[in-house]
Amino acid sequence: MKQFAIITFPGSNCDYDCYRALRDVAGQEARFVWHRETELGACDAVILPGGFSYGDYLRAGAIARFSPIMPAVLAFARAGGLVLGVCNGFQVLCEAHVLPGALVRNRSLKFQGESVRLRVERTDTAFTNAYEPGQKLELEIAHGQGNYVADEHTLDQLEAEGRVIFRYVDAAGQPTDAGNPNGSLRNIAGIINREGNVLGLMPHPERCVEALLGSTDGKPLFDSLVRSLDGAWQADAAPAGRA
Amino acid sequence: MKAYRVEVRISPREGLLDPEGKAVASALRSLEFDEVEEVRVGRLIRLRVLADGPDTALESADAMCRKLLANPTTEDYDIRLEEA
Repeated sequence: MKQFAIITFPGSNCDYDCYRALRDVAGQEARFVWHRETELGACDAVILPGGFSYGDYLRAGAIARFSPIMPAVLAFARAGGLVLGVCNGFQVLCEAHVLPGALVRNRSLKFQGESVRLRVERTDTAFTNAYEPGQKLELEIAHGQGNYVADEHTLDQLEAEGRVIFRYVDAAGQPTDAGNPNGSLRNIAGIINREGNVLGLMPHPERCVEALLGSTDGKPLFDSLVRSLDGAWQADAAPAGRA
Repeated sequence: MKAYRVEVRISPREGLLDPEGKAVASALRSLEFDEVEEVRVGRLIRLRVLADGPDTALESADAMCRKLLANPTTEDYDIRLEEA
């Protein structure tokens, strides 16, 4: 069994969902690490969960990024450790410049809690190897600031390096404006760092791991992580090589 | 050390879609302020800063903007200073 550290900030509210997904569904060990800690302890992967850390004051993730635990998280990431940021966790990773770009207010100006369609753009990553190439998913979003923006150069670079991992799509599976819930540029829902060990996404895979809750499309993400940690899956090519 | 009143004005970067500004602009137009061409909504942060002089007060406010107050990916800022 692998050990997952779930970072809890004041205002995190998906930490228990992650805990349940990891412990009860994926059958792994998981524990909470309070943001005031300065060490992660023994762990194989780190989860930055969703929520509203520090009330989203200033900008979502801007204050959490300077929490006492963050230097340990960033060091873990730099050393190649797997880090998953969901929703607010993705915002924290962008604010910390671990992932490029930023998440700004939805173009609707509303908080949106709804089901969205996604396409898995790459399955040769530590986070998506249990998905089928091009698989269409239905996951939940729950955010007011999930509108992904970056300058054109950064967007082109992300595309060229194959670092867009999840894209919002319409019913036909195409990344159209109609399939874009929040205005994210190029329908980007999730991206990975160049080294391939840090993933951020706005939708909530941890809320979609049991049929009772309407979708199990989030489960393969956790299965992928476990497979990677178990050594059952390994990146073969250069980390940024396109599938 | 003197106290300085510092105002940091943060606005969405030019060229970046500002949904809040757009909503305010359309609200203004619906109130028949047809002269409104564009609205950008930003934020104002007022600080009191202790510093040796205006230059160091400005420098420290600038450092605060770069580190925390503004996001260089999406926001521009300017700093105004007066002695408190």
